Formats: sequence, C-alpha cells, structure tokens
Amino acid sequence: MKTIKFLSILALSGVLFSSCSDDDDTPEEVNEEEVITTMTVVLVPQGGGDTITLQSRDIDGDGPGAPEVTVSGSLAGSTTYTGGIVLLNETETPAEDITEEVAEEDDEHQFFFETTGSIAGVTYGDTDGDGNPVGIVFSLETNTAGAASITITLRHEPKKPNDGTLADAGGETDIAQTFSLTIM
Amino acid sequence: MKYLLTIMLLFSTLTNGIAQNCNSNLNGRVIDYHNNTVLINASILLIKENIEVISDKNGNYAFADLCDGEYELEVSHPSCATLIIPITISGNTSLDLKLEHHLEELEEVKVIGNTVFDKTNSAQEVVLKSEVLESFSTATIGDALKQLGGVSTLNTGANIVKPAIHGLNGSRVLILNDGVRMQDMEWGDEHAPNIDINSAGTISVVKGASALQYGGDAIGGTIILEQAKFPIKDTLFGKTLVNGVSNGRGGNIASDFTRVYKNGFFIKGQGSFKRLGDQEAPDYILSNTGIKEFGGSVELGKRLFEWGLTGRYSYYDAEIAILRASHIGNVDDLIRSINSGQPGVILPFTYDLGNPRQQVRHHLGKLHFYKRFEGLGKLNVQYDYQNNRRFEFDVRRGERNDQASIDLELETHTLSTDFKWDSNDTFQLQFGLMGRYQDNFANPATGVRRLIPDYEKIDFGSFVIGEYQLNNEWTFDAGIRYEYTKVDALKFYQTTRWEERGYDIDFPELVIDDRGTQLLTNPVFNYTNISGTVGFNYKTSNDNNLKFNYALAQRAPNPSELFSDGLHHSAARIELGDIRIGSETSNKLMASYNRDFIKWGFSIEPYANYIKDFILLEPTGVEFTLRGAFPVWSYRQADVRILGVDMSAYSDWTTNWRTEHIFSIVKGNDLDSDEAIINIPSANFTNTLLFSKEEWKGLKLSLQSQYVLRQNEVPDNISVFSPEQQEEVILAINTAPGAYHILNFNSKMNFSLGKNLLTTSLTINNLLNTNYREYLNRQRYFADDLGRNIILQLKLNY
Repeated sequence: MKTIKFLSILALSGVLFSSCSDDDDTPEEVNEEEVITTMTVVLVPQGGGDTITLQSRDIDGDGPGAPEVTVSGSLAGSTTYTGGIVLLNETETPAEDITEEVAEEDDEHQFFFETTGSIAGVTYGDTDGDGNPVGIVFSLETNTAGAASITITLRHEPKKPNDGTLADAGGETDIAQTFSLTIM
Repeated sequence: MKYLLTIMLLFSTLTNGIAQNCNSNLNGRVIDYHNNTVLINASILLIKENIEVISDKNGNYAFADLCDGEYELEVSHPSCATLIIPITISGNTSLDLKLEHHLEELEEVKVIGNTVFDKTNSAQEVVLKSEVLESFSTATIGDALKQLGGVSTLNTGANIVKPAIHGLNGSRVLILNDGVRMQDMEWGDEHAPNIDINSAGTISVVKGASALQYGGDAIGGTIILEQAKFPIKDTLFGKTLVNGVSNGRGGNIASDFTRVYKNGFFIKGQGSFKRLGDQEAPDYILSNTGIKEFGGSVELGKRLFEWGLTGRYSYYDAEIAILRASHIGNVDDLIRSINSGQPGVILPFTYDLGNPRQQVRHHLGKLHFYKRFEGLGKLNVQYDYQNNRRFEFDVRRGERNDQASIDLELETHTLSTDFKWDSNDTFQLQFGLMGRYQDNFANPATGVRRLIPDYEKIDFGSFVIGEYQLNNEWTFDAGIRYEYTKVDALKFYQTTRWEERGYDIDFPELVIDDRGTQLLTNPVFNYTNISGTVGFNYKTSNDNNLKFNYALAQRAPNPSELFSDGLHHSAARIELGDIRIGSETSNKLMASYNRDFIKWGFSIEPYANYIKDFILLEPTGVEFTLRGAFPVWSYRQADVRILGVDMSAYSDWTTNWRTEHIFSIVKGNDLDSDEAIINIPSANFTNTLLFSKEEWKGLKLSLQSQYVLRQNEVPDNISVFSPEQQEEVILAINTAPGAYHILNFNSKMNFSLGKNLLTTSLTINNLLNTNYREYLNRQRYFADDLGRNIILQLKLNY
C-alpha cells in the first residue's frame, strides 16, 4: 500500500504542477482540415445531352476505408465535354470546398489527365497568373464507342511550366484517381 | 622581511612579558572517512611554515613546539584526495584527520584528470572524453558517439541523428543528461535527443541494460552525459570555441565558464549557438537542410565533501529544416524518388528554413542534494522537471503552411533518491527509489488528427545493486530493479479504424463517447517490469581484464507503439500502433576482454541479445485514399535474436606514429519468420592513422578511413498497387544502398597566449567528396549523403 500512497502523492504533486494548463480536460475532437475526401468531376456535353458525373469519395480520409468511385453513366461518342472539378473535405460540417484553396494557389497546383481507350484528348480550360495550365476547368473530347479510362492527378508544388507529364512535373500527389468509362 | 617581522613581533611580545605560548603540540591520527581505518604514510604539511610530517604505522602524526594561532594543514595520501584544513591551535591540540580514499566518491571535490569512472562493474562500457566532444562541436551527440565501436546512428538527414547501441535505438536507449533521464519524445524515428553536444563534459556508453540505477528498460543501452569536474578552490576558468563550417556555409560558437570559491560555492554557465544553411551532397544542394540551434545552461550550488546542494537549468531550442524532396504525396511519389536517383527538388542555396521542418524546445531543471554519512555511505535526493515541446511543420496549402501539423507538449516530473553503502571495502550496496509523473498534451489547433494522444503516465521504480570484491582479481556484481508504469490516455479513433483494428470486439469498454465518425476512448494500461543483472570482472592487472555480464530487461511499450495512427509524409506510409502490445523482455549476454601490451593492445566484445515480444514496425498491407495507395506499417511483437561483436586494437609504432582500428558487426533476426530485422547497422571498419609531436606546438594529425559494408540482411521489399502505373509494383523500400568508403582528416595545434591556450584545428570530413548513401539514413531514398565538409575550429582556454 505504501507504493499506492507514494504514487498518489506523486500524482497529486504532478496535478498541482500542471494544473495551470487545461489539458486534464477532455480533449477537443480534431477534424482533419486538409484532407480531400471527395472529388466530383462534372462533364457537360457541348451542344446538349446527358451531364455525366464522376466521383471518388473517401469519407474517412486516411482511415482504412477505400474511396468509393462512381460514374453516373456512359459518355457519348465523338463529343466534346466541358469538365469542372470540385474538391470537398466532408469530414468537416459543413463540408469545406477545397477547390477554392487550389484556385487561390493555382501557381502551386496542377491537375494532370491521363487517358486510355476512346478518348481523343483533354485540353486545359484555365491558366494561373503565369499563364500555365491548372485544370479545374477543362474539356474532354471522346472518340467513337469503346472502353476508356481517365486518371486525374492533382500535384502540389509541381515544376511549372512542365511538359504535361507527371514524371516531368514532380511535386507531391494530393489526388490520384482513376475512372473507368464507357463511350457509347 | 617576513622573518624579521616575526622575530621583532616575538621579541616585542617577550619584552612586553605577555608570553605567547610556542610550546603547543598538535597530534592526532589520519583515518579513512569511510571505515575509520588508519592511513599510513599520509603527509601532513603546515602550509605557511612548510613543516611536513608523515603518519606512522598506526596513522599517528605529531607536530611539536607550535605557537598558538591560525594554521592551514595540507593532508595528502597517495590514494586519497588532498585536503586543506584550517586549524586554530591553542595549547596542546588533538585533531583526527579524515581522508577519503575511495577515489570515485570524490567526483564532486577533486579533479581527477581525464578519468571517467565506470558506471557498472561488468558491462561493456566506452567513454568519449571532452577532447573528442569538442571536435564534434558543430555536429550532434550521435555523430560523436558513432566514433565508438558498437554505436551507430539512425539519421534523418545530417541534423537529426539518433544514437543506436548494438543495433537498437529510440526508447531502447536511455539517455541520462547530468543525472536526469531525458524525456524528449524519443519514440519517434525522426526525433533526435534534445541535447546540445557542447553542454556535455564527457559521455559514457553502457552497451546493455546493466546500469540499473538509471532505469531497467535500456535494452539497447544507456548513454550517460556528465559535466566536467572541478576542484574546490578559488578559481575561474572556461573556454570558447568558434567553428566555421563549409558545408552549410555557417558555423557555431560555444562558450562556458566556471567560478568556484574556496567555501565550495560554485556557478557555471554555458551557451552555444549554431547556424547552417542548406547542406550539400557532392553533386547538388540538399535543399532545405539548414539548422538553427541554441543551447544554454546555468548551474550553481555548494559542493563540499560531506554534503552538497546544486540546482541546474538548461534550455535547448532547435529549428531543423528537413530535405524538401523527402516530403511526398503517395507511394508513386516514393517510387519515383527511389528510381530517379536524385532529389526531386533542387533549389539554389539558402539559409531559409522552409517546410518540412521541426522545431523542438527542451527545458530541464533539477535540484540535487547529497549528504555523506561517516562510516556509512552517501545519500542522494533529486527532483527534476522537464518540458519538451515539439512542432512539426509539413508542406500544407495556404495559411496552414505556418501552422504546425504536430504540436506536442510533454511535461515530466521526477523525484528520485538513492543511498550507497560504501563503508565496507569489499562489499558495496546501492538502493534507490524513483517516482515519475508525465503529461502529454497534443494541441488540437493543428487541424490534423493527433499522431500521439493526450496521456498521463506514472512510473515508479526501485532498485538494489551490490558489488562484492572477492580479492584483487575478482569483483562480482548483481542487481535487480522493479518498475511499474501506468498509462492513462484519451484518444480519438476514427470509427472505421477502431473497427478495422478489431478493438470494437476486444475493447468495447474503452469507448467513452461516440461522436459518429470518431470515438473518444480512454485506454488505461498498467505494466509491471522486472530487470536484473549479474556479472563479474576479472582483472589480473591493469593490462589484462575480462568481464562478463548477463542482463534481463523489460520495457513497457511507448505511446507510439500503442497509439500511432496516421499518415507519415516522410515515409509515405500509414503507421498503426496496437493497444494490445505488452512489454518486451530482453536477455542479453555480453563479455569483454581487454589486453594491453607495451606497444599495442586490443579488446574484443561479443554479445547475444534474445528479445521476447520485441516490438517492431513492419509493412502489413495497403490502404487506399484519394491521394492514392499507401503501404500500412503496423507494430507487432516477435521473438528476435541479435548477435554481434565489437573489436578494437591500437598500436604505438613509434613515439610519434600510432594506429587505431575498430570493427563492429551486428546481425538481427526474427526467430519466427527467420527474416532479418529492419534498421540493423551494416558491418563497418574504422581505421585511423595518427601522428603526434608535442614539441611542434602539440601537433596532432589524423587520417581516418571509414569503410561501411553493404547491409545484405534486410527484410523483403513489399509489393504495392501503383495507381499511376495501374499495376502491382515492387517498392524497393528495404533495399540497402551499396558499400562506401570515406576519409576524414584532422589536424590540431596549440599556441600559448600568455595565460591562455589557443588550440586550432582543421577537420575535413569526406575528404574525397565521395557520393554515398547510408542504409540507416531515412533520406537515402531521396538524396546522397553529405559531401566534403571543411571545419575550422579555434578554441581558447582561459
């Protein structure tokens, strides 16, 4: 019992010493401020048609859950789509729009689009203050019917300007998501 | 003139008829303070009168026909500290003189040259003296310790250097800074000891858990930093070091002073400041690798032979930039870095410390009291307080770039006491108690989920160690330590993580608040650990020494091993602790044999360490996030075996030429899977050629060759899905870099400037500007190690 007594005295003295700080209280919950949980890509066909939405959503961020990837439908062949990207942090309530942060620091960010299959190409629709591409807005042109995929990568602090490849751009990957598409 | 005056005075007193008594006798015995045995052949000198007598075989001494008055006696004995005793003689006076003949007990009162006493009787021990520490004034404690066989370092670049003993680091290495166990978040791989190398006088390393007086969990070993000793006499001394460093284009200044009064009062101050910009590999600038470091300490008190009370305060503040290219986004970025062979970011040289970077501050205050009891022993009582604050800044978006991602404050109070019975010449016993309270606070303002939760920790320890000297050749020792640890944490888990770990089944009672996506939990764990040691020291002469030691050590898991939960940007991995982890138990056998001949000598020190439930971190799977894929590293426990040997030899070829040789090898295996353990140092040779000629202004030249073999025994690489390549790829995260050889040069000379001594030295590290990467540098994936570094040092002693 002596041990317990000694320990309690020690603990008491410890509490006295640190009682000026409030860290004995219940800790405050931290919601990850910076994590991007959701990327939504809206593709609007020029000249009318169905708007297609691509989404990758990982509500627990760095947690064990994997992102849920959804594509709302098939793309039309030989069509040019106007694309726009919205990034959200849904761990916060209300969800925080990360796209704004990227747009504010557009000289430090760039989206990259890598495609396979029936996609003719992707063209940047916006530029930063130095005239280099950003990629929050873009256009995507489809070929004839077939399978396709698009990998969208957001790099933080890439080399700018770069030759458009990930290898040349360097920087840190903030997002890397692949969507499987069908072109009708 | 003095004699004339005395005679005149004498004459006048005589004529005045007030006869001063000059027929007084002084006699007594000279005895040992500890056990009251008599001391033969002690010299007793009346200082002013210059009359000396020697104690006889019964320890008796006598002076005859002294005049009454004030005198000073100087008492000396070949194996004792010299004492100066003021005495008033009035008539026949009797005085027993007590001398201290246990030299190691005199640390507080006597300067014992360069001698540093062993901390244990039978464990493997090595010492770094102040001269070596001075030559590493611009580097770190780890860099200096690496000079010793069996000591390696785990680096994060050149500025974050964690010492490792016999292949083990972090919480397995106990660092004792001037009697205070450092509590500086040693559980992180990129957390270096928060100690300025310039604040240490000497450093001893015990390679194992045998120094039970300091702690029972030092499975790797104990590093003991001590202050320089000073004599009790009126004195003022100090030194200033100024260093210019080419690699990093900066330098440092370090200065100290000590003022001692005859009455035992002393004050000691020390301070240093270091500033370096970006460092350089042979082929490129290592962008964002600068450092700003400040350290200072003040100590004052009174130290007498019988008692002493001292207080010390020390402060350490370091801001360390971390290689920009080592901050990466996902596993593809890591693959790209490994494949490209050079850092992804190379910018022009700058002194700026950008992100990623860390800032650490450490306050340490202690009060120490000791009292010696005649014929019994010595009592120590100490209270110490430590406050450790750590900020880690990541590369973040927008204004958050100035907001730390990790902000932890660790406060520790320790009260300890011990008593050492040393009155018996052949048997000594030491008994101690320790209580510690620790509080960790993780600031939620970071906007990043806590890597380490808020927790409170209580430790209680007690030990008994004994040493028995059978005869001049054999000394035996044994000790036991009991340690109790209680951890009480408050941690938020993501609900998905809590379930993925299976805690919802095993620990449902820990949840105190369900907030939906997160759970507030209150894990409380108790650990009871027993450590013990037994060994012998067989010494036929000073030239021939055999030691053998067995140490049993248990270590409770640290907060990182229990609670880690999050993404590590520097390693592109998710690290997960496990609250199921219990204590690990080490059984270590070590022997050492030293032999010195007239012109040469050698030592050989084999060891074997079997660790049951060794806590290790290893890749266990992959998790996907929007950023891409990340390997998951989880802590688990396994039985491991560590075998190694440290060997050293020297030879004095001529009076001027000498060579020194060190070889160390260590192997670690997981006994369950038979795989190698991660982060075991490569075998290495250090050979040094030295030339010295005292007549040429104390000239000393040395050329050191370090040959580090490739670590061939590493865990398997892992396979991970690469979103960029859309396929499974091998992540060569465990592949070790190749062998390397580097040369270091040093030259030193002394110049006498009146009363002061100026020492100049020129050091060139990596003389040939060799490109290399070291297996135990966590930045080896991103960049080469440091290129040539020229350090010019001026030291002024006064």
